[in-house]
Amino acid sequence: MENEVVIKTENLTKAFGDFIAANAITFDVYKGEIFGFLGANGAGKTTAMRMLCGLSTPTSGKANIAGFDIWTQTEEIKKHIGYMSQKFSLYEDLTVRENIRFFGGIYGLKGKEIRQKGDAIIKKLGLENEAKKLVKSLPLGWKQKLAFSIAIFHEPKIVFLDEPTGGVDPVTRRQFWDLIYEASERGITVFVTTHYMDEAEYCNRISMMVDGVIKALDSPKKLKENYGVETMDEVFYELARGAQRKAD
Amino acid sequence: MTDVVLDHITKTYEKGSVVAVDDVSFSVEKGELFGLIGPDGAGKSSIFRMLTTLLKPDSGFATVNGSDTVKDYRDIRKKVGYMPGRFSLYQDLTVEENLTFFATVFNTTIHENYDLIKDIYVQLEPFKDRRAGKLSGGMKQKLALCCALIHRPTVLFLDEPTTGVDAVSRKEFWEMLKRLKTHGITILVSTPYMDEATLCERIALIQGGKILSIDTPEEIIRRFPKPLYSVRCNEMSRLLKELRSFAEIESCNGFGDYHHITFHNEAEIEKLKDRLIKAGYSEVEIRIEEPTVEDCFIRLMKSLDNGE
Repeated sequence: MENEVVIKTENLTKAFGDFIAANAITFDVYKGEIFGFLGANGAGKTTAMRMLCGLSTPTSGKANIAGFDIWTQTEEIKKHIGYMSQKFSLYEDLTVRENIRFFGGIYGLKGKEIRQKGDAIIKKLGLENEAKKLVKSLPLGWKQKLAFSIAIFHEPKIVFLDEPTGGVDPVTRRQFWDLIYEASERGITVFVTTHYMDEAEYCNRISMMVDGVIKALDSPKKLKENYGVETMDEVFYELARGAQRKAD
Repeated sequence: MTDVVLDHITKTYEKGSVVAVDDVSFSVEKGELFGLIGPDGAGKSSIFRMLTTLLKPDSGFATVNGSDTVKDYRDIRKKVGYMPGRFSLYQDLTVEENLTFFATVFNTTIHENYDLIKDIYVQLEPFKDRRAGKLSGGMKQKLALCCALIHRPTVLFLDEPTTGVDAVSRKEFWEMLKRLKTHGITILVSTPYMDEATLCERIALIQGGKILSIDTPEEIIRRFPKPLYSVRCNEMSRLLKELRSFAEIESCNGFGDYHHITFHNEAEIEKLKDRLIKAGYSEVEIRIEEPTVEDCFIRLMKSLDNGE
């Protein structure tokens, strides 16, 4: 992990009327880091992530994402990040190859490059027999691995993953994390949310958001030491059970 | 007494080309808290929809509380409660209106069965005039549970009630289920979270439409065929790949801050430790580990893939 900062936020705040969804968030994320962004439902994770992706304008505060300003350069931000979530990742009514071609085109890659890299992805994921099948016919775990590969197709500086492994079987869930490790080793920063506490352990550092505020930020090991507990599950419980907000 | 029976149930979609449920048989006792544990696409929802009479099986038969799910579907609909995976209440009705609606449909009143939902409903009461669509995720889930219970069902089907819910709210939900059990309701619950398996009395592990194993969680764990060890060191990502390349290691999976391993033959812990230290790792720790349901699931899944 290098010390180049690729996400820098300073007192980043988003309010909806008098409801402060994200309250003065301040943190740095480094190049190649696997950063776990945890919190209870309603803590403000989605709001924060939408701002970091350039999809939502903050109320106040500063942030720089992949070298671009969150206030003035949101279009540049979108070009230099990748994103996938459990809810939206690929077009179900397009085939595997069509999805690759579509997203490659969106990210401005040339036809030849899309073909070559697409072939490499299909081979790597063992999807040779599925390349011409509609994505909706694939098991969820395969879809999510494919969606991740497509989200980093254009070699973004940062990839944002919003609960990428929810409902995925335990074997494929681990294969998915193998892909995350590989991306991180290539220098791609991985910003990930999850409800699986064993996955929290795989992150280099974790931030814990409670009621719009970042309550704790450290390596899983340090967090467990600080709270005098054995597992991340207990850390989460200690921090989140005091939450006042129970939104979604 | 047996309350739910599935006998060689098969369900296919797309003119038989997609087998969602593949010759599944099991039964659930009256008053039991039974868990269907498996990932997305395992066939859990199809099983629930057949038991709640919303789908017909291609073959096989099933009974709920003594009634046949095909012939006696009308009887079943009166006596089961069903909470589908997707929020399916009326978004434009208030909390109270939704509950009244479901009570009326089942020819009863909120008042009549209030004791059953009281624990849960008191948390909703401050929002009783709020439209269901404007509730938070946790509150929607509680309202859906109340609506599924309002006619005092004998069997309750909960399809992935905790999916996408944070760890704290999940704990609260399971505590609610435990309290419901004291009313004698048979509860079938499905979940993709393996750690919730131990909260059920018996579980069926399911994958690709097939049952991998059915028993109490303790018995499923006891049947794990080999000693399991957990390994930890300073470089976990490198260790994972390296352990998988060692000939004596039979399986190696990441489990939080440890990797879980089994050996082909007798475990040689000290030898492995020396080997890892020589390979440049530090803080090497290896210890015997009690398998979790997830260890069992992975093992059963892999043996299925290998055609064993």
